[in-house]
Amino acid sequence: MEPFIKHTGTAVPLDRVNIDTDAIIPKQFLRKIERTGFGVHLFHEWRYTDYEGTTENPAFLLNKPEYRASSVLLARDNFGCGSSREHAPWALFDYGFRVIIAPSFADIFYNNCVKNGILLVRLETSEVDELFRQIKQEPGAAIAADLEKQVVTAPDGKEYSFDINSFAKTCLLKGLDQIGWTLQFEEMISSFETKLSEEKPWRA
Amino acid sequence: MSKTMYQKIWDAHLVRESQNDTAVIYVDLHLVHEVTSPQAFEGLRLTSRKVRHAQKTFATMDHNVSTRTKDLSLADATSRIQMETLAKNCQEFGITLYDFANKDQGIVHVIGPEMGITQPGMVIVCGDSHTSTHGAFGSLAFGIGTSEVEHVLATQTLQQNIAKTFLINIDGQLGDSITPKDIILYIIGQIGTAGATGYVVEYAGSAIRALSMEGRMTICNMSIEAGARAGMIAPDEKTFDYLKGRDHAPQDGQWEQAVADWKTLPSDEGAAFNKVLTIKAEDIKPQVTWGTSPGQVVSVEDCVPDPESFADPVAQAGARNALEYIDLKPGTPIAEIKINKVFLGSCTNGRIEDLRAAAEIVKGHKVHSDVQAIVVPGSGRVRRQAEKEGLDKIFANAGFEWRFAGCSMCLGMNDDQLSQGERCASSSNRNFEGRQGPGGRTHLMSPQMVAAAAIEGQIVDIRKFLRKSAA
Repeated sequence: MEPFIKHTGTAVPLDRVNIDTDAIIPKQFLRKIERTGFGVHLFHEWRYTDYEGTTENPAFLLNKPEYRASSVLLARDNFGCGSSREHAPWALFDYGFRVIIAPSFADIFYNNCVKNGILLVRLETSEVDELFRQIKQEPGAAIAADLEKQVVTAPDGKEYSFDINSFAKTCLLKGLDQIGWTLQFEEMISSFETKLSEEKPWRA
Repeated sequence: MSKTMYQKIWDAHLVRESQNDTAVIYVDLHLVHEVTSPQAFEGLRLTSRKVRHAQKTFATMDHNVSTRTKDLSLADATSRIQMETLAKNCQEFGITLYDFANKDQGIVHVIGPEMGITQPGMVIVCGDSHTSTHGAFGSLAFGIGTSEVEHVLATQTLQQNIAKTFLINIDGQLGDSITPKDIILYIIGQIGTAGATGYVVEYAGSAIRALSMEGRMTICNMSIEAGARAGMIAPDEKTFDYLKGRDHAPQDGQWEQAVADWKTLPSDEGAAFNKVLTIKAEDIKPQVTWGTSPGQVVSVEDCVPDPESFADPVAQAGARNALEYIDLKPGTPIAEIKINKVFLGSCTNGRIEDLRAAAEIVKGHKVHSDVQAIVVPGSGRVRRQAEKEGLDKIFANAGFEWRFAGCSMCLGMNDDQLSQGERCASSSNRNFEGRQGPGGRTHLMSPQMVAAAAIEGQIVDIRKFLRKSAA
């Protein structure tokens, strides 16, 4: 996984609550057996007017010239709810998104993003409101995110600090191989298993 | 110190405590299906890692199997490749697979319990958000992403942070024709789709105790629709009776020992939860969703709400988007909405009890001439049991299509889909835009209400329908 340290990019304001992973990547694109190539299908039903995805919907923000190259996504509550499909972060990353800012995220989606080098920033609703206001006023403006310092910088230069779990932070900063990290405790797993087979043999 | 059931299961699975990083917890059971696993197995190959405990993982094909045929050569190329890839991966890594042709194949959350693989006190994970279903047995069960699937395959553990706890008590007596589906939709309507984010929910109270295991599974299944990490219900005699004698349940010598252990699981008297909600069972009426999020739900007696009636401007905008997509006007009575498709099935309501309840409604009636209705049993076993009881005949005589097991039109990954503009009464769990097919419109409700809608060609109040039928 690519490390995430800091990023500055055009922010797109997706002003909708409860954007689910079916909307991020519809099911017809989940049948691939690779992790790559999902970006072209991101937000498929909103982004294209036809099922095949050959005709863009000009009304959808990512099809407007000022937002086409967005890499920061500004969203509302409960972003990433629904299906656990990791194809959603794969599609977002593949399109070019590196940072998503919202008041809240769904649990599984949050974990999936940490494993794919996407920084999720939770801010207060009033702060997200302010970012929406600025981005809508100045389409194409950039937002910066600095994970080390745990701050995002709005187009007007104001900084907003955010919380992140220290392990998630380390994973992102280092692009950590999380399986490798767990395997350093292999002996602890083995002794847990020995105890399990003694105490709960029906489950061992 | 008094402990919640969640805390007990957490403590019993702690391989390594968090040292300002992350805890590592043990996984007893890992379920795998064809859609969220190929990249995980590929990851193992790329890093030359092995599966730590192949016997603690079970695989099935459910998401994109056809429900019309068992002939894989008739599947579209990409679905076939995905199913063949799962078969190849299971063979290479030594994992038991219930493939599309196996007589016990079915939806992963239906076959786990019915084969006795799901047991109280376990930590159960699967690359599927509806893994919360298994919490009905007093286990900690939740959905994970594909990277975590790979992590579990390689280590039999997960990196996890402890969640907060949320107790939802449902006390009292449910009204006539009120089902577990109505309970969970009502809860989601009350707390919202993010109302339980960051929490593990324990459902308790006399109305929950009175439910069958199937009903409890329906409730826990949709915990994720309220944002919960997991949903769980304390095991009791019903749980033990359900499991006894099933294929993978503890056998004679170990059964008593297992039950004694399971009896220690329920939350202790006085255990503290981070949040508590009490609901009166009597307040719950038949529920129907009107929008594109499971939280956009009202009783069948109500009308489609006016977006302006919501206090929060973001919720107002959400309601306006939903009504535009679903093509309904504010003020329309729910019990007048015409439908043209009916889907009875899914991991929420595709078990034998659901089919029995729906068949009871359908008996002696015909599906409305404007409606196409399908019944998709949750598993091969559910299908066989239903056929033994003659339910297939009841459905077929009424004009329902009787299908093979799979996830089917709950998410439309196979060819069971809504077409643009079609409106469906569905016993499934998500009414998201495009979920059942691009441009399709979904109304979630109980299997009984789905059955009644099939006959009337519109959403109806099941209580009025039954009174009319009896008259």
